[in-house]
Amino acid sequence: MFSLLAVGSAADLSFNRDIRPILSENCYYCHGFDSNHRKAKLRLDSLEGATEDHDGTKAIVPRDLAKSAVWQRIISDDSDEVMPPPDTHKKLTAEQKELLKKWIEQGAKYEAHWAFVAPIRPAVPRLADLKFQAKDWKTSENPIDAFIAQGLITAGLQPSSEATPEALIRRMTLDLTGLPPTLAEVDSFIADSNRDPKSAIQNLVDRLLKSPRYGEHMAMAWLDAARYADTNGFQGDAYRMNWPWRDWVVNAYNDNMPFDRFTTEQLAGDLLEKPTNDQMVATAFNRNHALNAEGGTIPEENRTKNVFDRVETTSGVWLGMTMQCCQCHDHKFDPLKQSDYYGMYALFNQISEPGGVDKRFGKKPYSDDYDKLYAIESPYITMPSGKQEDELKAAAKVRETAIADFNARKQEFIPAFTAWVEEMRAKPVLIEERISGELDRRAVSSAKIDNLFDGNTQRLLEIYFKLEGNAKWADLKHAIDKARIAEDGVTQTIPHVMVMRDDKPRETHILLRGNYETPGDKVEPCVPAFLPTLPAGVKTNRLALAKWLVSPEQPLMSRVTVNRFWQQFFGHGLVKTPDDFGMQGALPSHPELLDWLAVEFRESGWDVKKMIRLIVTSKAYRQSSVVTAEMLAKDPENALLAHGPRYRLDSRVLRDQALALSGLLVEQRGGAAVMPYQPPGIWEEMSFGKNRYFQGKGDELHRRSLYTFWRRSVAPTMFFDVPARQVCSVKPQRTSTPLQALTMLNDTTFVEAARAWAESLTQTEKDDTARITKAFHAATTRAPDAREVSAMNRLLQKAREHFNKNESEAKKLLSNGDSRVNEKLPAAEQAAWTTVCLMILNLDETLNK
Amino acid sequence: MNPLLAHQLQLTRRRFLGTTALTLGAPALQSLLGSEVSSAHGLAGLPHFAPKAKRVIYMMQTGGPSHVDLFDDKPELRKQQGNDIPESVLGGLRLTTMTANQKAKPCLPAAFGGKERGKCGMWVSDLLPHTASIVDECTFIRSMHGEQINHAPAVTHLLTGHNLPGRPSIGAWLTYGLGTDTDNLPAFVVMTSRDQEASCGQFFYDYYWGAGFLPGKYQGVPFRGAGDPVLYLSNPEGMDRPMRRTLLDGLAEMNLFTHDRMGDPETMTRIAQYEMAFKMQASVPELTDLSDEPQSVLDLYGPDVKRKGSYAYNCLMARRLAERGVRYVQLMHAGWDQHGNLPTQLPIQCRDTDQPSAALVKDLKMRGLLDDTLVIWGGEFGRTPFVQGDIKNPKAHGRDHHPRAFTMWMAGGGVKKGCIYGSSDDFAYHAVENPVHVRDLQATLMHLCGIQHDRFTYKHQGLDFKLTGVEPAKVIKDILA
Repeated sequence: MFSLLAVGSAADLSFNRDIRPILSENCYYCHGFDSNHRKAKLRLDSLEGATEDHDGTKAIVPRDLAKSAVWQRIISDDSDEVMPPPDTHKKLTAEQKELLKKWIEQGAKYEAHWAFVAPIRPAVPRLADLKFQAKDWKTSENPIDAFIAQGLITAGLQPSSEATPEALIRRMTLDLTGLPPTLAEVDSFIADSNRDPKSAIQNLVDRLLKSPRYGEHMAMAWLDAARYADTNGFQGDAYRMNWPWRDWVVNAYNDNMPFDRFTTEQLAGDLLEKPTNDQMVATAFNRNHALNAEGGTIPEENRTKNVFDRVETTSGVWLGMTMQCCQCHDHKFDPLKQSDYYGMYALFNQISEPGGVDKRFGKKPYSDDYDKLYAIESPYITMPSGKQEDELKAAAKVRETAIADFNARKQEFIPAFTAWVEEMRAKPVLIEERISGELDRRAVSSAKIDNLFDGNTQRLLEIYFKLEGNAKWADLKHAIDKARIAEDGVTQTIPHVMVMRDDKPRETHILLRGNYETPGDKVEPCVPAFLPTLPAGVKTNRLALAKWLVSPEQPLMSRVTVNRFWQQFFGHGLVKTPDDFGMQGALPSHPELLDWLAVEFRESGWDVKKMIRLIVTSKAYRQSSVVTAEMLAKDPENALLAHGPRYRLDSRVLRDQALALSGLLVEQRGGAAVMPYQPPGIWEEMSFGKNRYFQGKGDELHRRSLYTFWRRSVAPTMFFDVPARQVCSVKPQRTSTPLQALTMLNDTTFVEAARAWAESLTQTEKDDTARITKAFHAATTRAPDAREVSAMNRLLQKAREHFNKNESEAKKLLSNGDSRVNEKLPAAEQAAWTTVCLMILNLDETLNK
Repeated sequence: MNPLLAHQLQLTRRRFLGTTALTLGAPALQSLLGSEVSSAHGLAGLPHFAPKAKRVIYMMQTGGPSHVDLFDDKPELRKQQGNDIPESVLGGLRLTTMTANQKAKPCLPAAFGGKERGKCGMWVSDLLPHTASIVDECTFIRSMHGEQINHAPAVTHLLTGHNLPGRPSIGAWLTYGLGTDTDNLPAFVVMTSRDQEASCGQFFYDYYWGAGFLPGKYQGVPFRGAGDPVLYLSNPEGMDRPMRRTLLDGLAEMNLFTHDRMGDPETMTRIAQYEMAFKMQASVPELTDLSDEPQSVLDLYGPDVKRKGSYAYNCLMARRLAERGVRYVQLMHAGWDQHGNLPTQLPIQCRDTDQPSAALVKDLKMRGLLDDTLVIWGGEFGRTPFVQGDIKNPKAHGRDHHPRAFTMWMAGGGVKKGCIYGSSDDFAYHAVENPVHVRDLQATLMHLCGIQHDRFTYKHQGLDFKLTGVEPAKVIKDILA
């Protein structure tokens, strides 16, 4: 990258581009924004600070190197004098020194950090003025192309030609829906393109944006950012039920909800006038964090951590800023004060959550243990259907009756029972005589026996009734137990969604060193002071925050959001640090394009589909992704986009793609999460048998990855390079490891997909070549060339030979997965084709977009 | 060098390798893959200096082993048995909600016998006779301390440098920085086990061995006690190794065509990774096949050694991994959380772990591996010197979590032999002499591996992160050999 942003002549030095990164990296830690840790009372992050008089010396005297103490210290030979000090392990390069020298000589001009100034729509470069070979670019009406072309030509590169229609439809379909196109769709697009390439693309994008798959695909990245999971994390890692929020996100994208509303409802839906159920569900965004319910944890500490998480996730997602360090101190690099952090904290600190779970229900299907399946924290809303409401009422009535019956006869056993317990308490040796089982024994000391419905008392009653042999008393108790279980059974079918509410006003204090035990000064709710202020007279709450985020003055939100959209289609953002738009973050590769898109997005009424259409219809996106040696040499990261995007698909998309190609995919939208194939024992091993995985059946095995149950303590094993969903994550990972190869080759999902795919191929296509061609074509949307056909054919022949000799092996291979096997087809032949299909699922070309 | 820059260079190197392959063609594939695999070496500029330890085996004892009963015998505590621990000692510092409201906090001294052992005279409980036999190989730190009072945050802090999930674990840092010495096994392996009674409720989370913000390939690879030792290691039913080889040959051929057409160097990396996966499929079963271990070695580890997933089995596997060049092995053993059953459960817990832990040190020594293998034994905290529950009812009492003083031991890899470092106060409550914070331990571990902890950083979200965090951490020079 450095060579691309190559430092031009001295004439066009830019503080933001050339100087700030050097100062930020080497100086600001001690001479920056954080006043508490500032050394020598000197700050170099502003002209006023740098030119302040310190007993006759000034750090910087513009245009005068000799009088600029900074420069003298930089070039000093004395290890006590030189800056940066040797013990910081920071060192300026010769080029960096040269830049600083020129900058001071030219007047030490400071600029505000680019991302903290609201974007203004820049002029679009005139394509007609640019010299380049790709003539078709000249006529592009898409402003994206003008900015990209300008960047390429400045760096001595040229754009690539347009990708073939078959490559294009695969790229667009995968990028917009997360699933591959069918061959019929490919053929029809090619025919359309031959007639009228421009309208063919428009029609394709129309169709894809209307598909309900679009919302499902878009939701995935948002779920990662929102650290969405189906369990609480930490000790126990019990289930939760926030999945209606996931469905809300899918619907919001599909309905093309404007992004300002998308923002407002998630951050403050509860504060809108007469919020609908949907608007309440949206606020689960801020309740998707982990919940600690470990025995011994301190509620106030848990609660504090929840609020921290909200501040950090909200700022990470909407401001592209890392605020975490301000838990303890002012930011070292960015103008964020600790008081700003706690001002934001105050906005999320008015909720009645107790700091631990307070509602447990449902029963683990395998155990009569006391543990409940679901554990959630107030406040929450329930969303029963009319039928469920009736069922719940009926179940409650049964329970009340059972309790009344029990109470009517309790005087018969209470005195004797109480005496029985008191005896053991007085003489602990009796405990062992009378009771076996560790937990039951412990109940003797901890039971609150004046409350017959205390959990421990219930345990002891159970034992006592058994000892007494009184079946009637036991029956009465069991009637209550049964009624409770039945009631729980109904409850667990009703979604309980944890939501935000400002239902417990609290004062907020700065927490010294981030510790809830040491509150400092009181702070009022606020937004960071270095950003635009809230309008006067408005109640400072989350709703004000949301409105402020989508206001035209807000410099970060629009840029941060379009940057994430860009990243979704090109693999990296225009700013490569989507999580850091601060001073230590990467500079945008195309600052003007970023600003243009940001303004366009806002002025379009925050129209997400319109923005995405703009991106995917650009020539830049539609380029061929062939890489040449020249491109690799000049721009190895493809930051300037001399070729189209090519990188490995998200592992969740890889699974969906395999299901789609094989025909196994079940497209059922929404609802509770499902449990597809996972090797046995994973959850059990991590939890010592306390959490068990109940693999789904039938359709549940073949739903889209979006609906896969996400356990926070152990993420689904068939996915790789995915965030752990512990904290907010907006930057995709892409590594290449042998473990990924093992997953793709050996996971039941992929082997079963290959088997099912083989079965349908052998029934619809008549000969080897036709089958090979069709399979390859479906996976890559490209017809194989002669050498590819012959290579695949060789594999087929070898596999056929092998399985013909090993019929039993063939049968075993076909037994992978639960879906039905067509027994009428010859096993050896099917196994050979399964092998070929498995290889095709693993082709580099299949794995890449 | 700046790790980010080094990473860039590595990327470029890989790209270069990829482009030259265009002209080399398929015959050069094998040699090319050879160098691609060895690209798993670490960052340029690391190690910073010659390491004493080439590899690390961390025997993590989760739950919080009681330092009071096992290592830190205090005459004063014995004298005060049954009396409330003085308020001046408690100092108003926070306790977990399990004992914060317990009215009486009576002193409970070491509940089992013990004595000073070896030449160094380290006091070790009679519950740990095997550990007692290796004291002169070890350094004991009796002044460990941290802040976290609950399991998950404390384990996370110890293993990742921060109490909340999301940071890279020690093993991820080490393998990112130093690379690996093996081309057919993962560089960072994790194995879990628990006490046989399953009396404790501590779960494991995969972020205990996560890569945090480092690239995902640096995360620890769990070797499992049941099923495939490595997830998805086995071919599917019905596909034998020769057939898999045939499939991979076809795949590599097809991918080379793709590389010809698309020119993307990542395609070559992909071919290499599929080849390495194939190698792992052979090397892992060889690793777990114990038939080449003589009976005398098996006996050393005790009766559980052949039971997969037991602590003893994992200790033996740790040695086999170390022999094969695995950089960092993390054993996670749960079961040290004796709140209400200490007198009955602690002996069982010690019996399960004592012999294998000591055996690993002895075995490494016999093979000459101990000198450059650092072995660490310890939990996320210790336990309270006062009783939790009723002091008169030994069947149902125990001790609560206690991070203010606890004991760990280390052996081999550049630490002193027979060294006792630091001490706690008369009540074994606070680390007073030469206190060693969790981050000091991390800094020392890094140092032994040839890394200066404050020069090994990774830029993330605009900040330079390091294992030891933002508070100053120091290398404990006095325990270095």
